[in-house]
Amino acid sequence: MKHWRSPTSDHPLTRLVFMLIAVSVVATFLVLPLATVFSEALSKGFSVAWTAVDEPDARAAIRLTLMVAAIAVPLNAAFGLAASWAIAKFDFRGKQFLTTLIDLPFSISPVVSGVIYVLIFGLQGWLGSTLRDWGFKVIFALPGIVLATMFVTFPFVARELIPLMTDQGRDEEEAATSLGASGFQTFLRVTLPNIKWGLLYGVLLCNARAMGEFGAVSVVSGHIRGLTDTMPLHVEVLYNEYQYVGAFAVASILALLAILTLVFKSLLEWHFADEIAATHRH
Amino acid sequence: MTAAASIRNPTWRSRSVLPGFGLSLGFTIFYLSAIVLVPLAALILRPWSIGWSGFWAVITDTRVLAALKLSFGGAAIAALINTVTGPIVAWVLVRYRFPGKRLLDALIDLPFALPTAVAGIALSTLYSPQGWIGEPLSHLGLKVAYTQLGVIVALTFIGLPFVVRTIQPVLGDLSREPEEAAATLGATRLQTLWRVVLPSVTPALVTGATLAFARAVGEYGSVIFIAGNLPGISEIAPLLIVIKLEQFDYAGAAAIGVVMLAASFVVILALNLLQSWAGPKR
Repeated sequence: MKHWRSPTSDHPLTRLVFMLIAVSVVATFLVLPLATVFSEALSKGFSVAWTAVDEPDARAAIRLTLMVAAIAVPLNAAFGLAASWAIAKFDFRGKQFLTTLIDLPFSISPVVSGVIYVLIFGLQGWLGSTLRDWGFKVIFALPGIVLATMFVTFPFVARELIPLMTDQGRDEEEAATSLGASGFQTFLRVTLPNIKWGLLYGVLLCNARAMGEFGAVSVVSGHIRGLTDTMPLHVEVLYNEYQYVGAFAVASILALLAILTLVFKSLLEWHFADEIAATHRH
Repeated sequence: MTAAASIRNPTWRSRSVLPGFGLSLGFTIFYLSAIVLVPLAALILRPWSIGWSGFWAVITDTRVLAALKLSFGGAAIAALINTVTGPIVAWVLVRYRFPGKRLLDALIDLPFALPTAVAGIALSTLYSPQGWIGEPLSHLGLKVAYTQLGVIVALTFIGLPFVVRTIQPVLGDLSREPEEAAATLGATRLQTLWRVVLPSVTPALVTGATLAFARAVGEYGSVIFIAGNLPGISEIAPLLIVIKLEQFDYAGAAAIGVVMLAASFVVILALNLLQSWAGPKR
């Protein structure tokens, strides 16, 4: 043997083959689709792409997407804080079951997540006719879109904070309480500084999904152009009308959002690894 | 109250000095019920308005059966593909050092961050007969977009990070001593990888593949653009739910939804069993 090789490192040929496989998987499944989005959007030049984004329906879609995320994300963050406080700081029966229930929306098809609200609030749903008499619209309107988005992004903050707060234990909070701090003071001055990066991490992922959700929102939105079309739905409409440049131009904004999310996520993981719950997640 | 007494405490929760248990748990349960549990109950109760025979007629319809077969079969094949490529990608990311490794690592999460509709139109364009990958493949007589193969490509894309991210931390924690022992006992490096390293990540691999499968079964946005949606051939089950809903066949849509929900529950159950089998490794 010419050079010494550690017994736990691979043969150069194995290395080469594995690297080739890994790089080609990432290239064909991840890099090329991403490149396609931008290349198709800019295929007729930047100004054509910009016109497609700066048009009333597209602007309405962007506004709606931002509004939906602005309602759904804080509510789910508040829920995540409450749920993790109850589950991590107290012992009670049924805790494991409650955690499983919180994770439930992750394993449900996005389409089913939309259908459940149609079954309740749709015209033939449980509350449909009552709501119609009151003149209150949920399905094919903003409330339905917000509800469906809340459902699919429901577990993100909670599932980040529950393991994190469980790991951190309750000594610090108990110390603060015994020194006379009120519950709110304890939360604000002791708990929140400990979990702020984890909270941000959860909110980041929650927001990315909220802005990008397609299946669930598509079921409840009714696709009313300029009114109930979110950005992903607007992409679909344009694509189905063969307006490829427009579809990919709006898609590029969403792709940029995804890239930004990945950058912030990676930064949080590199710099605050200890203050974020286990790095294995989905 | 002493610790011993609190263990023997017959009530459903043990006492704590920390405040806010009632408030946080109350809010958690209220929010969970309003957003997740009650709507899911609406789904489970709905199909029975057409009776057991009506339910059975819906789900044994040839078109529905074909869609269910494609969703479950496609998800299974995609999970199998990721079971082969995922560990290689994870191994490369954990053990090899090369420039651009962090970028490659961050990219793995793209399918989580990229809105499914964007992934859908990108994959569809990329694998179409005019696309960067579709064109060379079409010379080989291979048609991907608008066929069942397209469905599998989209589901493989969506499942990749589940497998990689589940194995990666397990590989990272792996001690190198067993590998050294295998080498001293005369095993070749490949034998060591196959018979020492692989078995120790098998539980994680199965967990990751199950998660990928669960996600792929219900996947909608990334599939419908590339699938071509030919009834009975390349039509997935979530799309059929949407179609039934658009025809105001709420009970039919709910029936397919219930089948998919039941499948999700089986997967959650299987995962919990898996985790108890894998034990503290996780």
